[in-house]
Amino acid sequence: MGMTMTQKILAAHAGLESVTAGQLIEADLDLVLGNDITSPVAIHEIEKMNVDGVFHKDKIALVMDHFAPNKDIKSAQHCKCVREFACKNEISNYFDVGEMGIEHALLPEKGLTVAGDVIIGADSHTCTYGALGAFSTGVGSTDMAAGMATGKAWFKVPSAIKFNLTGKPAKWVSGKDIILHIIGMIGVDGALYKSMEFVGDGIQYLSMDDRLTIANMAIEAGGKNGIFPVDDLTRAYMKEHSTRPFVEYEADEDAVYDEEYTIDLSTLKPTVAFPHLPENTRTIDEVGDVAIDQVVIGSCTNGRMEDLRIAASIMKGKKCKKGLRVIVIPATQKIYLDAMEEGLIRTFIEAGAIVSTPTCGPCLGGYMGVMAEGERCVSTTNRNFVGRMGHVESEVYLASPAVAAASAITGKISGPDEVV
Amino acid sequence: MKAAHGSVFKYGDNVDTDVIIPARYLNSSDPKELATHCMEDIDKDFVKNVKAGDIIVASKNFGCGSSREHAPLSIKASGVSCVIAETFARIFYRNSINIGLPIIECPEAAIAISAGDEVEVDFDSGVITDVTTGQKFQGQAFPPFMQKIIDCEGLVNYINQK
Repeated sequence: MGMTMTQKILAAHAGLESVTAGQLIEADLDLVLGNDITSPVAIHEIEKMNVDGVFHKDKIALVMDHFAPNKDIKSAQHCKCVREFACKNEISNYFDVGEMGIEHALLPEKGLTVAGDVIIGADSHTCTYGALGAFSTGVGSTDMAAGMATGKAWFKVPSAIKFNLTGKPAKWVSGKDIILHIIGMIGVDGALYKSMEFVGDGIQYLSMDDRLTIANMAIEAGGKNGIFPVDDLTRAYMKEHSTRPFVEYEADEDAVYDEEYTIDLSTLKPTVAFPHLPENTRTIDEVGDVAIDQVVIGSCTNGRMEDLRIAASIMKGKKCKKGLRVIVIPATQKIYLDAMEEGLIRTFIEAGAIVSTPTCGPCLGGYMGVMAEGERCVSTTNRNFVGRMGHVESEVYLASPAVAAASAITGKISGPDEVV
Repeated sequence: MKAAHGSVFKYGDNVDTDVIIPARYLNSSDPKELATHCMEDIDKDFVKNVKAGDIIVASKNFGCGSSREHAPLSIKASGVSCVIAETFARIFYRNSINIGLPIIECPEAAIAISAGDEVEVDFDSGVITDVTTGQKFQGQAFPPFMQKIIDCEGLVNYINQK
């Protein structure tokens, strides 16, 4: 029986000729990731294990991004705990304030994730690296601890859903709109325990940033991972960012899928997920009149260079609606610098937005944009659960950078065509 | 024989980790402290009313969202002895096994059991009994590999014994 892309990567890392869906395997890990919220719990667990140090000091990445620069004393204690662990174990890929960025933007940029890898991360959006043709999935802190100690993790081999993307997306339709459309179609548990494999001739029209956004939100459909095949664009990206060798995998012709969908990207419209689930999607022409209090443009989903370029192209020369708080967060130091050199930061500030150092802060209601009772935010982040960005009676509307930027100008949820 | 016995707190679909333990409390990783805010954004009275041994019963996709192990840790530290659901989100499922919080998938039980019912779960056989109504349900058994981790009360002990 043929294997999917994901199954081939897992088989290779388990030392097996082939695997089938449902099989329990132990796979070698190329990278183990943690952040300042999940790593302290993992460090506590690894200290209980009968192990001497970590399996490989270059194959662990610790990124202080959620509550860093630290928002309070307790989060400072957490970062200190991770810092000391990184120092003691000589972890080469430890990223603290000054070097850090939002982990899932930072790691591909630093060349730490390439096609064919098996990666686990104690952060649910670890599935992002599937954009490069890697198998990567989110786990908890104890799995992270076991991964750091042994360099291995157990997996149940997933079955898969195939998404055949065809056609060229219209002007304002981005990776975010595509993944929101898919989640709206299959639901927040539509891919539960499964791989989401994206194929088709429509992929040629998707930039790396689009693909990273799509793979990033596989978890919002319950997926174990999202994965793209490797093409010239992927190869060019990896050669630019990494010196690591990579392995390309393609699904077998006779690979078995639980379900197959064909999506004509040319028919999609800018899409918004209404509270309180990412599956509550409406196209921009269906949103009605929704006044907002805050806009966030950033996060591991949409804080990359292309996201900032699109937002700035819409906001240039315009003013944010009076009374609206508009928060722009470049996802890494490099993106911040590049955006500055391109003049995007000036565009944002002149429009009345603020620009923050990289942090996950507002996405999870941590800091740097926490919301009060009854407030509404249009956000390029990935979750709009009850209380996600602050008060339990606040609301989050998930959208693309283009929709977020347009909404920043009008003060209500708006498509880019309304302001450009 | 390992078993759980307690009264039921019942919830619906897609109970996410942000409502199980809101991120504003993730500046702590102490299970006892986390437990004082468990389920706060979906059920303010949960912490007040939960007793050692009680059982959470929910519908589909319980524990969806973030990978925070703080979610099952807070549930375990609040005294809950078992979570029964139609389905679990996969990271939550993994995390629960890894930290030794018993969870069971059983759609029939998740639908039939009501809030406040007294329920018993036999982990060896996977049989769930609603003592209040007298109904019995067969929960899904764990694969032997996962059962070993559960028997070791978590992944750390399992690795240490290996």
